[in-house]
Amino acid sequence: MKNSMFKFFGSIALFAFLLSGTVAKAGTKEDVTKKGSVSCGVSQGVPGFSNADASGKWSGIDVDMCRAVAAAVLGDSNKVKYQPLSAKDRFEVLKSGQIDMLSRNTTWTLSRDAGLGLEFVGTNFYDGQGFIVRKAAKVNTAKKLNNVKVCVETGTTTELNLRDYFKANKLKYEAVSFTKADEAVAAYDAGRCDVYTTDKSGLAAQRTKMKNPGEHTVLPETISKEPLGPVVRGNDQNWKDIAAWSLYVMIEAEELGVSSKNIDSMKSTDNPNIKRLLGLEGDTGKSLGLSNTWAYNIIKQVGNYGEVYERNVGAKTPLGLARNGSPNQLWSKGGILYAPPVR
Amino acid sequence: MKKLSNFKNTLSKNLQWGNFLPQFFLLFFFFLLIFYFTRNAQVNLLARNITSGFDFLSTNSGFDVQFSLIAYDGSFSFGRAYLVGLLNTLLVSFFGVIFASILGFIVGISRLSENLLLSKLSLFYVELFRNLPLILQIFFWYFVVLRNLPSTEKSLILLDFLIINVQGFYFPKFIFTNFQFIVYGIIFAILTILLIKYYSNKMFYNTGKYLPVFKLSLIFLILFPLFFSFLGSVGLKFEQAKLIQNFGIFNYVGGVKLVPEFLALLFALSLYTSAFIAENVRAGILSISKGQKEAAKSIGLNNSLSLKLIIIPQALRVIIPPTTNQYLNLVKNSSLAAGIGYPDLTSVFAGTSLSQTGKAIEIIFIVMMTYLSISLFISLILNWYNKKIAFISK
Repeated sequence: MKNSMFKFFGSIALFAFLLSGTVAKAGTKEDVTKKGSVSCGVSQGVPGFSNADASGKWSGIDVDMCRAVAAAVLGDSNKVKYQPLSAKDRFEVLKSGQIDMLSRNTTWTLSRDAGLGLEFVGTNFYDGQGFIVRKAAKVNTAKKLNNVKVCVETGTTTELNLRDYFKANKLKYEAVSFTKADEAVAAYDAGRCDVYTTDKSGLAAQRTKMKNPGEHTVLPETISKEPLGPVVRGNDQNWKDIAAWSLYVMIEAEELGVSSKNIDSMKSTDNPNIKRLLGLEGDTGKSLGLSNTWAYNIIKQVGNYGEVYERNVGAKTPLGLARNGSPNQLWSKGGILYAPPVR
Repeated sequence: MKKLSNFKNTLSKNLQWGNFLPQFFLLFFFFLLIFYFTRNAQVNLLARNITSGFDFLSTNSGFDVQFSLIAYDGSFSFGRAYLVGLLNTLLVSFFGVIFASILGFIVGISRLSENLLLSKLSLFYVELFRNLPLILQIFFWYFVVLRNLPSTEKSLILLDFLIINVQGFYFPKFIFTNFQFIVYGIIFAILTILLIKYYSNKMFYNTGKYLPVFKLSLIFLILFPLFFSFLGSVGLKFEQAKLIQNFGIFNYVGGVKLVPEFLALLFALSLYTSAFIAENVRAGILSISKGQKEAAKSIGLNNSLSLKLIIIPQALRVIIPPTTNQYLNLVKNSSLAAGIGYPDLTSVFAGTSLSQTGKAIEIIFIVMMTYLSISLFISLILNWYNKKIAFISK
């Protein structure tokens, strides 16, 4: 009897101990330093943005964003743990603290920024939604898409824009929604739908996965603005700043002509802007709570924005997205990429 | 009275000091746990500036759903989207339960058949569908069978009636004029059948002979509506789905359309659940002792009558409780629809609506409560039925 009473009160004590765990958490940066890695939410496979190759190695413009943050905080861009997420789950997983940041071709909108308790840190790719159809459909403009079935990924802004566009143009359609982009593409490819819609970069990426990429054509219309960028939780200002400035230094580096290849020779420069960027002057790291070589690590290990772009989605990649003439060019070259001064 | 004193006994036993304390603490900590989780959620939502509440239910959803029983598009509210999902879940569950029951009964009885081929085939059926994971079966029907159907312009057209292609199955829509006369005919037929049944029973008790009520019923059910529709000049038109060409895009418009996502889910749920029901039916029939059958024979009942009057009514008592579980499983399993994009409750509300609004706690709560209510409702009905047919000890 006594023994069982001990067990009983023992378990209550254990229980009470578990309950006493505090609600408030330490800052994300401290967590990351302690873990020794950045947990980064990525897509389940969008070539050029975040995609794992046969050996499980991740690459893409979004993946490089994760790597940049890891380089800034931990000094090693390889210390990233990738977590593939569906569009539907991404915000919940971030909110619950299972990942440190979300870098998953996610569109920055008011309701997401203000309503979800999340913070969009910037834009690493300016995109817009488009349509892909079979060439056999003999359609050269989205305005002619009437009575069609459209495959779309659920839980996305794509789904909402799709409706807005067809409604505004008084066209009839049926939205066939899937949880994964892959499923939606496969359904389109099998003829379940006449049209597949997603961001234009995504169309270029997904087309490479289709059975006969040459049989499909992307329609000229861009029906929405899709600024894609990384997202963090809204209750950690320091972590937001780190993520934002990790992006900005890559843009700034390109503007200053600093790349992963020439960065070490740049150390002898007289340009104070470059000196600050490399941590040779000033203390940019201190206010972020990082070492002064944080920006150097990013540029050395990941590269500047131009390198990242050309490596993942540029003209020489299967996606072949030309940079000139697109918004994803530096402001000084006709694009809209503009980083606040690093000082 | 007896129940009440029983309850008092247990209560007084429970109230003895040594028993009371641990129970009190258990209850206390149970409530503390609930309090902790609620408070934790509140604090964290507040700390992260996440708005909460059920206001979102009346705002525009902004997304469309491909398959809906009620009028719906993105200009309707999230509340309406919930209803769309709920009705789609109920639709697939309803037909799933019916098909699973029919198939289950046929296969269960076939397994006990003396025909070796039939019983072995039934065994094969049960083992096959019972032992493969359900999600795999759904994928099989969806990705292997329905995905590989011909494209729209090369549709299979069966007897000018059913059109089959990769985008779905199209049946003609029946459009009646003066439909009410058919309903009158059915009502009249049912009344006649009840009357005949009454006389047949009377005749059976008086003379030992009975009328072929079942065959007569069938004849009446066909003849009377036909006769009435002739009287009321009922018209019937078929509205076949039409092939519409828009540049190089072909689509069928009109008719009654069943999307492949629905069909795949329905096939998989029906076949999977029917395998379990078949086993319940077999067990139920085997549970009736041989003596019952022999006794039925000895009082001169033929095979079908003994099955109908003696075996099945007793077997049902064994069959119904586990079959209730299978029905509940079927409803809950229908939430696997999300895997293939059928817009059921889980996929439309706990999926799309959740990610469009971010109201995870509210939506998951609503969805859980809904499934719970559906399940409890089914249990309630079947428990009531089970009680009704149970042995009444006198």
